[in-house]
Amino acid sequence: MPQISQLADTYFSQVFWMLVFFGLTFFIVGRGMVPKVMATMADRNQRIAADLAAAEAGRAAAEAEQEAWFETEAQQRARAHELVSAAKHQAAQATYTSLADASARIDAQVSAAETRINDARKAALGEFEVIAADVTQDIAQRVAGLSVSADDARGAVKGAFAHG
Amino acid sequence: MAVEAKVDPMHQFAIEPLFGSSNWAIAGHNVAFTNSALWMALATVVLVVFVLGGLKREVVPGRWQMAVESFTGFIDSMLATNVGPNGKKYVPYIFSLFMFILFANFLGLMPLGLFGIHPFTFTSHFTATGVLSIMSFAIVLVVGFAKHKLHFFSLFVPHGTPVAMVPPIFFVELISFLVRPFSLGLRLFVAMMAGHVLLEVLSSFVISGGNAGPILFAVAGVPSFVLMVGICALEILVAGIQAYVFALLTCVYLNDAENLH
Repeated sequence: MPQISQLADTYFSQVFWMLVFFGLTFFIVGRGMVPKVMATMADRNQRIAADLAAAEAGRAAAEAEQEAWFETEAQQRARAHELVSAAKHQAAQATYTSLADASARIDAQVSAAETRINDARKAALGEFEVIAADVTQDIAQRVAGLSVSADDARGAVKGAFAHG
Repeated sequence: MAVEAKVDPMHQFAIEPLFGSSNWAIAGHNVAFTNSALWMALATVVLVVFVLGGLKREVVPGRWQMAVESFTGFIDSMLATNVGPNGKKYVPYIFSLFMFILFANFLGLMPLGLFGIHPFTFTSHFTATGVLSIMSFAIVLVVGFAKHKLHFFSLFVPHGTPVAMVPPIFFVELISFLVRPFSLGLRLFVAMMAGHVLLEVLSSFVISGGNAGPILFAVAGVPSFVLMVGICALEILVAGIQAYVFALLTCVYLNDAENLH
């Protein structure tokens, strides 16, 4: 077993070189490089945490924005609704007014026309009386040889017209 | 057969000075640059290159950076769970310890023999693992006494011990505490050596079975080879587990020093 049989000859060299090379490892790698590697990792973790926090803040802001937008939208909707109903009301009123106007105009026209019709009828009846009186005078002349005055004929005809 | 094939399973652990450095000495002690020292150097270089590749400091890491970061993150979380927030300052030491042992174990398992290079697993020498375990133990002692002064001895008396039991419990706990550096270093050394001996013994079966003729090769050589493949996979697992155990136990001991009970 060389570990024991060579012990007396080699122990000092073994210990010496072990200390030398482990010392080099410790100071170059352990003290020199490892802290830098760890710092890189810490930086990265910090950055990731910061990014996550920023993303979270952004999300919260977006949600608040959305909430505000919903509120504005609801308000605008309500206002639009009000406007629409007001317009509807106005339009209905305008329709009602113009309808009333139109019907008044039509009523006036109708009554004027009725008056005109009555007048015409009266005038026509007057004509009939005159014609009937003339005819009556004529008939009395021819049939009975009587000369009836125009006024008498008129009176006779009038009575018939009045009853007739 | 001209030459009798002889496989010495222990030869792989032999330490030999390289580059004619066998006479190097400091204060009368021999510090020859051995094959063991060469593989320590290689582990250091490979580890430096590995971590250097992860030092690009990009926000979105590539594969290499991801690999290095997963190792540092692994050590960081191990210290966080075992020691707590006070453990952060030990990350450089535990990381160096874990990665150095891990790379040493893996490099020793590399099939470089195919290219004529013989890997040497210096973690299979208790002179090497002992340095690491004594270092860990020394840190525990220094931190413990610096932080808690003589209160550190209360570590050996668990809460709720009856007064009459305090001396024997203290004695038993003290022994178990003092055994820690030995168990720490020997565990790694034994695990690595056992695996390599097993592989070497099995490979000797393959070689001598092959030399002894086709029947013996089929009966002993081929099954041994299949078993070797499986054990190689197991050894890769052991290499990782032993590095992990060493680092984890150091964390547990540091927790005693940092937080007592």
